[in-house]
Amino acid sequence: MSGATLPKYEPGDRVRVSSEEPEGHCRTPRYVQGRQGTVRKLHGSFRNPESLAYGGTGLPRQPLYLVEFGQPELWKDYKGAAGDRLWIDLYQHWLEPLNDRRISQ
Amino acid sequence: MDKPHDRGGWETDESIDQSEHPAMDWERRLAALGRVLPPGRFMSTDVSRRGIESIPADQYGSMAYWERRLVGMETRLVDEGILTKEEIDQKAAELEERWEASQ
Amino acid sequence: MSTHDGHDHDHGDGEPHPGMAGDASLGYYGTRYRAIEALLIEKGVCTLSEINAAAARQETRTPMDGARMIAHAWVDPEFKQRFISDPLAAMGELGYRLPDNVVDTPKITVLENDEDVHHLVVCTLCSCYPGTLLGAPPDWYKSLAYRSRAVKDPRGVMHEFGLDLADEIEVRVQDSTADLRYIVMPKRPAGTEDMSQEQLAQLITRDSMIGVSEALEPDRSPAA
Repeated sequence: MSGATLPKYEPGDRVRVSSEEPEGHCRTPRYVQGRQGTVRKLHGSFRNPESLAYGGTGLPRQPLYLVEFGQPELWKDYKGAAGDRLWIDLYQHWLEPLNDRRISQ
Repeated sequence: MDKPHDRGGWETDESIDQSEHPAMDWERRLAALGRVLPPGRFMSTDVSRRGIESIPADQYGSMAYWERRLVGMETRLVDEGILTKEEIDQKAAELEERWEASQ
Repeated sequence: MSTHDGHDHDHGDGEPHPGMAGDASLGYYGTRYRAIEALLIEKGVCTLSEINAAAARQETRTPMDGARMIAHAWVDPEFKQRFISDPLAAMGELGYRLPDNVVDTPKITVLENDEDVHHLVVCTLCSCYPGTLLGAPPDWYKSLAYRSRAVKDPRGVMHEFGLDLADEIEVRVQDSTADLRYIVMPKRPAGTEDMSQEQLAQLITRDSMIGVSEALEPDRSPAA
């Protein structure tokens, strides 16, 4: 059994952030939950902070991605420019695929 | 669910207060303590953050940054079994008494 | 840096500081910190000297360290590549003392501003900051107002710091939600071709490495 979950996404993939209202520690802010973004980078795999925060091992490691969102899509009445973006580090288990890519292992 | 630490996009027109205040002695020492404690069984950063996130919403907003960090440190120490809340309460009461006696 | 109790010697023998007498009351949190510290020392978890030494060390890192590295990156393209790919290693290369546990130190990523993109860094969940390169963050960075507004109204926040950018420039906010830290490499201002590295470093403010402002223009810098 591996200590890491395989990465599912690549730069350019469109993803949706889950909207779960979780109990307890999580590092996915509400302002991106339920929103659609684009993967820009895979940082690597890290131990899951949601487990670490309670003394768990944090295993299996979860892939962590840099995901981009368009600011006008995130905020009603966004006061900046149409080209403004928000980049944020999100764990794989919070992301759902949007395009119908099948990942072959 | 109320998560007062999850602050991105909260409604506020408050301008950014750019004034800076020198850290109090105990704040500096708390920052130092975080670097001095040996690594514990748990990932102390994550446990400490969880502790801070459990601060009730009405208090979170009015506490200063290092006051919240102290709550995080206390959570970590108690979770790791290094100190108990009762010990800390008792010692704090002793120190307060000693200070009052010296006035 | 001033201390509230006016003296900061340590007894060196692990004894808790006896000097609560004569100090102004520390209030609830200060007293609670002192209680925790005293208990940890009593139990031998750490010593007073260790805490004092760590407190003294953490003050040695300032934004000028980050500024010097960026100035070096501005003038030396090969160093710049090394700095972008591994800022901590680059810091070590320039002779800075690295943290004792580099392996556990959060990785720092450099966000390079250019003609098309301007970066702004925030940690909405808790105030993470690249302290290993820059020292302690300013109070405003940790404020609830900054954490709320930087993601939703970055141009409004920048405006308060005196920076207004054309709409054609993408303002890209980076929310550091995981254990990665971010530092902005500001654009090198025009008219600085003849400046020394030390003079260039004077232009690179802490605020420009967070992204609320740009590097100073040459005629606005303090006298070198």
